Formats: sequence, structure tokens, C-alpha cells
Amino acid sequence: MSPLLAADVNVAQNVAFYIIAAPMVYGALRVVTTRNVVHGALWLVVVLGGVAAQYVLAAAEFVAVSQVMVYIGAVMVLFLFGIMLTRATIGADTDLNNKGWGIGIPVALLLLGTLAFVIIDEFGSTVIDEPAAPMPTTAISDIYLREGLVPFIALSFVLLAAAIGAIVLARKD
Amino acid sequence: MYAVNFLLLGAVMFSIGVFGVIARRNAVMVLMSIELILNAVNVNLIAFALMNGSAEGHVFALYVIAVAAAEVGVGLAMVLMIYRNRRSIALDELSAMKG
Repeated sequence: MSPLLAADVNVAQNVAFYIIAAPMVYGALRVVTTRNVVHGALWLVVVLGGVAAQYVLAAAEFVAVSQVMVYIGAVMVLFLFGIMLTRATIGADTDLNNKGWGIGIPVALLLLGTLAFVIIDEFGSTVIDEPAAPMPTTAISDIYLREGLVPFIALSFVLLAAAIGAIVLARKD
Repeated sequence: MYAVNFLLLGAVMFSIGVFGVIARRNAVMVLMSIELILNAVNVNLIAFALMNGSAEGHVFALYVIAVAAAEVGVGLAMVLMIYRNRRSIALDELSAMKG
């Protein structure tokens, strides 16, 4: 019996996963291979939007909304500003890669092979149960305000320090 | 839903991001590749949260999102400063501290 037809697997969910995952992988490849920096940033939007869609598929609505707001809303605007402020010409560029960029291919393939072997060996037959309902936001906030409170406050200081540091670094004086 | 779906997607994105960090010469492109790596980690965290039915993975994913936002802000400020001082953000030209 084909694993896709097993009784406890939601076929529609699997099909949706692959429909979302295919443009994500293609977009990620384009991010690291395109000759145009602006196109790279726009392909990154495709990948980040696909990740948000995968979160919805994995019953993580709150994280999906945060992903859309923080990454697609804020981080991509920062990237586009960074590209515009550091480049004289917008267009194809011939020297975006290092001279020894070919070394990256065997390194990435070796890493992928190792990770895939370990994952398939450990979780090859694991089927995730159908989630009854999306994770309630109250459950997340309960963790944030109880055992996660100290890291939460520390993270606030990290964001404050990053904002001040970015202003100090980028200021003209 | 198979667990390997999410985990293999995370592994593929992670490997592509590592390739980008190694291969790219433009500092902004390297920062984009780091975003790919961080998102691959987040996909794994959400997958394990779904597998265990707990909210801890979601909390960790939100921590990672916040740290990534801070990292991009500081990283791009550094890139802007380097560009202002040297008129270039090619990483192989930043060899002043090379041994």
C-alpha cells in the first residue's frame, strides 16, 4: 500500500504542502543564484510567504501572522532600503559571487545528505495526528507570561539595544 | 501529515542558505541567506510543536523571529557604514583584519 494512501494521513494536507513547498524551494534557489540583487529580495518574499502558508497548514496561525508582519512587512522593506542605499546601479551584476563559490555546492549537498539521512532514519514513518484546532493564542501568551517571562524581557532589551545600535551605526556624524 | 515533509523542507532551505552564505560576495545577499537559514529553523520548530501538540515551539519560533529582526537591523546598519567608508560591500575586500 502506498504511504500516501494510508488511512491516517490527510491527503489534501499533503498535496497542499507540496504545492506550497515547490515555489518555496525554487524561490530559495533563485535567492542564492540570481544575478540581480533586487530580484533576490523579491524571491525571498516568495519564500517567506510560503513559510507563513506552511505555518497555517501546521495550525500555527499566530506565528504565521507574525511572520507576515515582521518578515514581509518590516524586514523586506529594510532589505530593499539597504539595497538601494548601497548600490549605484539597479540591474544585473556580474560580481555577486565569490571566486571560490563552487566550494559551496559540495558543502551544501553534504549537509543536505547528512540532515536528510538523519531525519528519514528517525522520523521516516512518523505521522503527525490531525490537529483538532489551531493552537490558541492564549496558550502562547500563557507561556510568555509565566516560564517565558525572563527571556521575554531579555528579548525586549535585545530589541532596544539593536534599535539604538542601528541608529548609532548608521548616523552621519 | 508526515513529519518528514516539514523536516526535509527545513533541511533543504537550510542547505540552500548555507550555500548562499559561502558563495555570495555581496553583504546584503549574505544577510538574505541568513534569513533563509533562520526560517528553516522556524519551520522545524513549528513542525515539532505540531508533533507534540505543545505551544513551546511557537514561543521559540517567535523568539527567533524577534532576534532575526534585530539582527537584520544591526547588520544592515553595519553594511551601510562599511559602504559609506569604502564605497563597496564586497566581503572579500574587507581584509584589514586578515592574518
